[in-house]
Amino acid sequence: MTALFYIAAAVAIIATVLVITRSNLVHALLYLVVSLFAVAVVFYTLGAPFVAALEVIVYAGAIMMLFVFAVMLLNVSADAPLRVPRSAWIGPLVLIAVLLAELIYGIGLTNHALHAGEVGPQQVSAALFGPYVLGVELASMLLLAALIGARHIASQPESPGLDEPQPAGEAPDTRANEGGEA
Amino acid sequence: MAAVSLDHGLILAAILFVIGFVGLLTRRNLIVALACIEIMLNAAGLAFVVAGARWGSADGQVMFLFVLAMAAAEVAVGLALAIRFRQSLGRLDVDDADEMKG
Repeated sequence: MTALFYIAAAVAIIATVLVITRSNLVHALLYLVVSLFAVAVVFYTLGAPFVAALEVIVYAGAIMMLFVFAVMLLNVSADAPLRVPRSAWIGPLVLIAVLLAELIYGIGLTNHALHAGEVGPQQVSAALFGPYVLGVELASMLLLAALIGARHIASQPESPGLDEPQPAGEAPDTRANEGGEA
Repeated sequence: MAAVSLDHGLILAAILFVIGFVGLLTRRNLIVALACIEIMLNAAGLAFVVAGARWGSADGQVMFLFVLAMAAAEVAVGLALAIRFRQSLGRLDVDDADEMKG
């Protein structure tokens, strides 16, 4: 299990580096799927099989499906790739290296061993619908709000569109918004 | 199974978070920026799960589920914004976002 953890961690780090360095968007997204699968293996080796399954189903399945659909909808592959000059990487890399060193120093090499044995779906569900049931309700409201918001933002604007300003004195449109004031 | 130390899990989470942060700072494509935010959220969730595994507690996994729900909500709204952005500007360059003005 220990070797499995380190191999999966190495795969996750390499795949994530490839995500942010590929200029082809589809390749970057596929490397992101590899990275998420590797993190799922890490979860499994940490004794969290339920979360590992959810990582595969929700992250690698649903969320990456959204990304791939957005890429296909927008036909982004036809664009010229947005090249970043190499000099643009230097500043963030230096600052982030300092930040990472501070994080590792702050974590400290104290060598606490993890708890042996796994925490299965039964215990997670008992906690989720016991003390955390309010959080579940809030998450459901958040998802509903995101659904409505995404539907509203992505829908085509009716004429006149959002891009050109509405002429003054225009009759209010049928969308029942703020009463004709564009 | 207990031989993995807490620090190594947390360091893995820190490295993944930092890689996502570098990508967010340097890449100009809006969809890659959203993917980098996903990487950072996933790393934060990994830190929760590692900390929960330290004491054999389910709380870390519960927090990961909340992070997961929030990531799904965030990516839905973010990709909807990307679609509108592309329809109105014709590109996906985050540097063009200063032209939106409402």
